[in-house]
Amino acid sequence: MQFKTNRLSSVIEWGSLLLSTAIVCFFIAVIIWEIFSKGFSVLSWEFTTMVPKEGMTSGGILTPIIGTVLLTLITSAFAVPFGICCAIYLNEYAENTWVTRTIRAAIRNLSGVPSIIYGLFGLALFVQALNFGTSLLAAGLTLGLLSLPYIITTTEEALKRIPNSTREAALAVGATKFETIKDVVIPSAMSGILTGIVLTLSRAAGETAPILFTGAAFYINGSSGYVNQEFMALPYHLYMLSTQHQSIDQVRPIAYGTALVLVIVVFLLNLTAFYIRYKYRKDEN
Amino acid sequence: MKTKLSAQNLNISFGTKQVLKNVNVSFNEHEITALIGPSGCGKSTLLRSFNRMHDLSPDANINGTIMLDDLNIYSKNIPVTEIRKRIGMVFQKANPFPKSIQENITYGLKINNLPHGKDVIEKALQEAYLWDEVKNDLKMPATRLSGGQQQRLCIARAVALRPEVILMDEPCSALDPVSTLKIEELIKHLKKKYTIAIVTHNMQQAQRVADKTIFMYLGEVMEEGPTEQIFNNPKNEITTNYINGYFG
Amino acid sequence: MNYKSRITLDIVFKVVFKATGYLVLALLGGIFAMLIYNSISFFLDVKPFDFFTGMEWAPTAKNPKYGMLPLILSTTLVTFGAMLIAIPLGIGTASYIAIYAKPRVKNILKPTIEMLAAIPSVVIGFLGIVVLSPGIADLADLPNGLNALNGAILLAVMALPTIITVAEDAIHAVPNAYKEASYGVGANRWQTLRKVIIPAAAPGVITAIMLGVGRAIGETMTVLMVTGNAALMPTGMFDSVKTMTATIAIEMGEVPYQTTHYYALYAIATVLFFMTLFANIVGEFFINRFRKYHAV
Repeated sequence: MQFKTNRLSSVIEWGSLLLSTAIVCFFIAVIIWEIFSKGFSVLSWEFTTMVPKEGMTSGGILTPIIGTVLLTLITSAFAVPFGICCAIYLNEYAENTWVTRTIRAAIRNLSGVPSIIYGLFGLALFVQALNFGTSLLAAGLTLGLLSLPYIITTTEEALKRIPNSTREAALAVGATKFETIKDVVIPSAMSGILTGIVLTLSRAAGETAPILFTGAAFYINGSSGYVNQEFMALPYHLYMLSTQHQSIDQVRPIAYGTALVLVIVVFLLNLTAFYIRYKYRKDEN
Repeated sequence: MKTKLSAQNLNISFGTKQVLKNVNVSFNEHEITALIGPSGCGKSTLLRSFNRMHDLSPDANINGTIMLDDLNIYSKNIPVTEIRKRIGMVFQKANPFPKSIQENITYGLKINNLPHGKDVIEKALQEAYLWDEVKNDLKMPATRLSGGQQQRLCIARAVALRPEVILMDEPCSALDPVSTLKIEELIKHLKKKYTIAIVTHNMQQAQRVADKTIFMYLGEVMEEGPTEQIFNNPKNEITTNYINGYFG
Repeated sequence: MNYKSRITLDIVFKVVFKATGYLVLALLGGIFAMLIYNSISFFLDVKPFDFFTGMEWAPTAKNPKYGMLPLILSTTLVTFGAMLIAIPLGIGTASYIAIYAKPRVKNILKPTIEMLAAIPSVVIGFLGIVVLSPGIADLADLPNGLNALNGAILLAVMALPTIITVAEDAIHAVPNAYKEASYGVGANRWQTLRKVIIPAAAPGVITAIMLGVGRAIGETMTVLMVTGNAALMPTGMFDSVKTMTATIAIEMGEVPYQTTHYYALYAIATVLFFMTLFANIVGEFFINRFRKYHAV
C-alpha cells in the first residue's frame, strides 16, 4: 500500500517538473509564433531597403537598420581591443594580489549594473563632459562600456583553456612574452574569443536603454552616417512605434516587422557563435 | 672531456619551500647525461633552471651560478632569449604549436632573425628522423601527427635553431615503446652535434642512452659519474637502494 | 626585427595591458563617483528622509515632491511578482533538465533557453503590449492591461533563462556520490531530488535566484512599456505602477540639465545601483560557498 502511494506521489511530482518545463517552452513558443506570424507578412525586400516615409506609416526601416549596424561597429571597435587587452592582462600577467582581485570584482560588479545606469554614465561622460553631444559616437561608446565586462570574461575563459605547455614551447625557442601571446596564445584561443565577441554584439544590437539619451532619435532625414549626429536604431524604433507614435494602430504592422528583423538579426548572430563553437570542437577532435 | 654546461652551489626555492640544495653538476660536451631520481627529487627543477624557465615563476628564488662554457647565463649582459636559442628544450608531453608542421620549425627561426628557407626546414626534419614521413604534408596542422611524430617535430623545432645544448624533460614518458626506441636512437645520434641532458624516470632508458648519470634525492645530488659505474658500482647507499627498486 | 626592438615592444605592451586593467577600475569608480556626486547635489536640495519615505513623486508639479516610496514599492511589487512566477518554474525546469531529461531532449532544451535569453527586452515589452495587455484586460475586465501584473509576467520571462541556466549548473554539479548514496539506500528519483540534490545544490540555486532578482530590478524597457507608468503608491497587481528604472528612462529625456529634478533621477539611480549590487554580492557569496562545499 505504502509502496503504491510512494510511486504515485513521485509520478505526480515528476509530472509537475515536466509541467514547469512545458510552461517555459510554451512561453518561448508564443513569443516566436507571435512575432514570426504577424511580422512575416510585413517583411519584404522593400521593407529592409526603403527609408521610413509619411511619418513612419509606410516605407521601410532602412535607416534604423543602418543605424544599428554602424552602432554595433563602433561598439566593437571600442570594446574588442580594450576587452581583449584587459583579459590578456588578467590571464597572462596579473599576479594574485589584492589589486588583481579588486579588478576581477569590479568586472563582476560591472556586469550586474543595470543598462540604464550605463546610459546615465554615457550621458554624463560622452554627451556632456567630453562634448560629443547626442551622437552615434556617444551611444556607440556607451554600448562599448556596457559590453566590456562580457568580452573580458569570455576572452579570459578562452585564454585559460590554452595549456601552459604551449606558452613554454614558445618561450623555449626564444620568444618574448609578448610574442608568445601574439603568435601562439591568441591564435589558439581565437574561436573562443570570436564566440564571445559575436554574442556580445548580438546583445548590444538589441539594447535600448543605453541609447535613449545618448543619441537615438525617432526620425532622421536621410540615411544617418555621421558619427557626430543622432541616428535611428532598430530597438529604439520598435519602442517608439509601439508606445509613442500618434497613430499606433496604423504603424502596428511595421512594429511587427521591426521586431521580426531585430529578432532575426539576434538569432543569426547567436547561430554564428554557435557555429564557431561547433567548428572549433570539430577541429579539436 | 670539456665541460659545456655546469651549475655551482645552486639553491632554488619556491616561496618557503626549498627544492634544490647546494647542487653542483656538470655536463660534458657531446655527451648524453641522464638525471635520475624518485619523484620530487628536483631533477626537473634543475633541468629547467638551465634555460631560465623559472623566470616565469614570480616566487622562485635562485642562488648560485650556472655556466654555459664561460658565460654566466644569469648575467645581465646576455638576453634570456639568446640563452634559449643556445640551450633548447624538449618537453615531457609533445607541445607543437597549433600551426602547420613547417611553421613549427620556422617560428623560432623567424623571431630570431635566422634563415628559414625550405632547406633549413628539411635539414631540421631530417635530423629528427621525421622528414620522410612528413615531406609531402608540410602544410598540415602539426596536431594531426601521432604522439611520437609530434615529439620528433618538437626535437626538430629545437635543433633548427642550432643550439649547443638540448635539455630533454622525460621526452618519452608519454610515448609507446616503439616510438620511445625510435627517439632513443635519435638522441644517441644527436649527441654527435649537441650536448644533451635528459631527465628520465626510466632507469633502463638511462642505461641505454646515457654516457654519464646523475642521481638526485630530495633536492640534493647524491652521486654523479659514468653510467656504468652508477648502475653497477654505486658508491652511495641511497643510490644502491633506488637502483634496486627498494623505493622510487 | 632586431633584439632591442623586440624587447621594447614586449615592455610597451606589458604597460598597455596593465593599463587596461586599471582603466576597468576607473570605469567602475567613474560610475560610482557620478552617482554619488549627483546624489549629493540632490540631497543638498531635498532632505533624505523626505526622499526615502515620501509617498508622492511629482517632480514637475508646482510644489515639487520627490518622495521615492511609490517608485521603490513599484519596483519591489513587480520584481516580487516576477519571482513568484519565475522561481518555481525556473527551479522546476532546471531540475527536469538536470535530472530527468534524456540527452537528446537536453540538447534541444538548452539552446532554446539560450535563445530566449537572447531576445531583446524591447521585443518582450512589445509582446507585452500586443499580446499580454489585451489578454489581461479581457480576463480582469479592465480598460487596458498595462499594469504591474503585465510587468511581473514579462520580467519573469526575462529572468527565467538566467535562473534556469545557473540552477541547472548547480544541480548538475552536485557530485554523483551523493546521488548514488541516496539511490543506494532505496530512495527513488524524486525523493533523491527533493531531499538530497536540491539541498546540496541550494547555495547555487540561491545564486540563480539572486541573479534573476538583480536582472529583474535593473530591467528598464519591458517595465517601461507595459506597467502603465503612474507614479502612485501601488495597491495591487492590477494597478498601474512606475518602477525606478522606468522613471529614470522617461524623465531623463525631458529634464533640464542640473536641476533638482535632474539630480533626483541620479539619486534614484544610486539606490538602484546599490540594490543590484546587493543582489549580486549575495549571489556571489552563495556561489563561493557552493564551490567550497563541493570542491571535489
